[in-house]
Amino acid sequence: MPRQDPKVRVTNFDEVALGYAEELAVREAERCVQCKNSPCVEGCPVEIDIPGFIELVRRGDFLGAIAKIKEKNALPAICGRVCPQEDQCEKLCVLGKKFEPVAIGRLERFVADYEAANVEIRVPPRAAPTGKKVAVIGSGPAGLTLAADLAKLGHSVTIFEAFHKAGGVLVYGIPEFRLPKAIVQREVEFVLSLGVELRLNEVVGRTTTVDELFGEGYAALYVAIGAGLPYFMNIPGENHNGVYSANEFLTRCNLMKAYRFPEYDTPIKRGKRVAVVGGGNVAMDAARTALRLGAEHVYNIYRRSRQEMPARQEEVANAIEEGVDIRFLTNPVRILASDAGWVRAIESVRMQLGEPDESGRRRPVPIAGSEYTIDVDVVVMAIGNGANPLLPSATPGLETNKWGYIVADEETGKTSREGVYAGGDIVTGAATVILAMGAARKSARAIHAYLMQNGP
Amino acid sequence: MFVVEAPRIARKAKPGQFVILRIDEKGERVPMTIADSDAERGAITLVVQEVGKTTVQMGTFQKGDRLLELVGPLGRPTHIAHFGRVVLVGGGIGTAPIFPIIRAMKEAGNFVIAIVGAKSKDYLFWEDKIAKFSDELLVTTDDGSYGTKGLVTDALRQVISREPRIDLVVAIGPVAMMKAVSETTKDPGIKTVVSLNPIMVDATGMCGGCRVTVGAKTKFACVDGPEFDGHLVDFDELMKRQRIYLEEEKLSLHKCRLRDVAT
Repeated sequence: MPRQDPKVRVTNFDEVALGYAEELAVREAERCVQCKNSPCVEGCPVEIDIPGFIELVRRGDFLGAIAKIKEKNALPAICGRVCPQEDQCEKLCVLGKKFEPVAIGRLERFVADYEAANVEIRVPPRAAPTGKKVAVIGSGPAGLTLAADLAKLGHSVTIFEAFHKAGGVLVYGIPEFRLPKAIVQREVEFVLSLGVELRLNEVVGRTTTVDELFGEGYAALYVAIGAGLPYFMNIPGENHNGVYSANEFLTRCNLMKAYRFPEYDTPIKRGKRVAVVGGGNVAMDAARTALRLGAEHVYNIYRRSRQEMPARQEEVANAIEEGVDIRFLTNPVRILASDAGWVRAIESVRMQLGEPDESGRRRPVPIAGSEYTIDVDVVVMAIGNGANPLLPSATPGLETNKWGYIVADEETGKTSREGVYAGGDIVTGAATVILAMGAARKSARAIHAYLMQNGP
Repeated sequence: MFVVEAPRIARKAKPGQFVILRIDEKGERVPMTIADSDAERGAITLVVQEVGKTTVQMGTFQKGDRLLELVGPLGRPTHIAHFGRVVLVGGGIGTAPIFPIIRAMKEAGNFVIAIVGAKSKDYLFWEDKIAKFSDELLVTTDDGSYGTKGLVTDALRQVISREPRIDLVVAIGPVAMMKAVSETTKDPGIKTVVSLNPIMVDATGMCGGCRVTVGAKTKFACVDGPEFDGHLVDFDELMKRQRIYLEEEKLSLHKCRLRDVAT
């Protein structure tokens, strides 16, 4: 796979992987031995017919291949870029035992991009109008997927989005260099082409409420508001000037285009020396964004070791190639500031791995007396996101668990309130695009059954 | 002062709440308190002081112009109840958001003492509107060009010394003013509510940019507030955090004015 040189790509927001040329794609498809058991399919959260689409690529029928993927996956151009294939399909590929697994993700991306470049958006046929109204709250991967599925079945769907742009984490969280926003826009437009109504700048829980929506005639609601509450460590100095949550840092940069300030009005502190705390994809995104904003030195502080990092291996490798200085087995203790309240350093303690905790990973334990300080002027906390309580607290009878996530049936997404379903990160906690999409597809079937059973 | 057509927001807006607005595709998301709302008419009123690029650009708006986006109502509404005797203090631009609170407190049966202050006569507004809903109105100007010369805290101290009992003070205005009001009411032990105005981006609780320290805990002004107990707020931290983008703000405004001069 041709890629941008690390030294070049830290100066731009373009994608790292440049995509296959047709011959490369076909050659990669030829590597698939079409093994009898196809364990790859089991590894896919939405059970794409992987050998099926790869065979079509091998034959040069790229449009046939994308159609096959779309039977199960509504957002292939996105998933082909952001899915952790190395933990899913590619992990189980039999070729991977001795060689490199088939590059399933790359092939998915290839056919999705091929379709985008060569055909107009094909609006699939819609069933006859059912006269039923459905409200989808949130326009991220789960919301968009469910809206499209129900619209195809003939229902009248309205998406309510709090932000001024649709896409959720696809548009505010994942940077341009991992997921071009033009691709997200294309997916949004596809959903709209099915007759879905999109209402931007509407905050359910403030502008309107779940009860009011039922009052307006919506027969079913889908809550897909994501995990939008930034976690802080609650260490001393976290409110000093120059400390960001990853959500704020990335929203300023990705959604509000602060990297083009002052052409765009929203500013961002670029920092010469930046510390990003955390080990997930968001931390990698924040660190690599900080580099592209012009930082001279970007540190990533992570309390466990490389093996335990939840981030995609590929993105960790990309980050290291680009020059991110990852400090493993290190945990921040406090953030130091100048008299005027500006971040000037972050003090951390070295860690060692002890017994495994509930997640199965070895618990990090501080090594007494090993504190040391790194001079920085910007700190980004990328330690995770939880459930934003705004909507649940304005919705009586909607059961949430102790973490604030909505309690919902695993198969259907049904919640404790009649007619209210939920899916994606607001149910599972921060996870992946494909899991959100898979949950949405299941909920769409359940909501459809619910709407039709209640009569016209 | 802008009256904006916004039926869905006007229908739900309560005193103490705010909106986020953007004036164009490259614009910032800017929080503005709702100074008045008319559900029947489907409109909200915003009072804007020209301090930065967005508000300066808004200063050129004419009737019929459109805002690109408007989100709201955001924030938790003011807790309105029959408290008894309440003193409501508006400093400068804070007079706008305090007005709907004055009206609501009066309608809830409170004895309302309103204190309104500004730099000078030119910066005062809505005196008549406020007088209509107050049992007593004191007006101060820093330079003495109207009303009593002095700060709102001077007037507040007077009121405290002569009133046998005050059940609640609500203060909205520049941070230094809300801090001063809270300090004034601390010893007399009068419950004080302030409305904080940190920098915001999304204003729905997802970024933490508006975080403030209240009672040694971190709260998000956009969803936990914007109103908090004035005796628990770390005002100094808020003042520091409001200065984060001072340089960028100057740069933006300078470029904006250059462009105006050029055209």
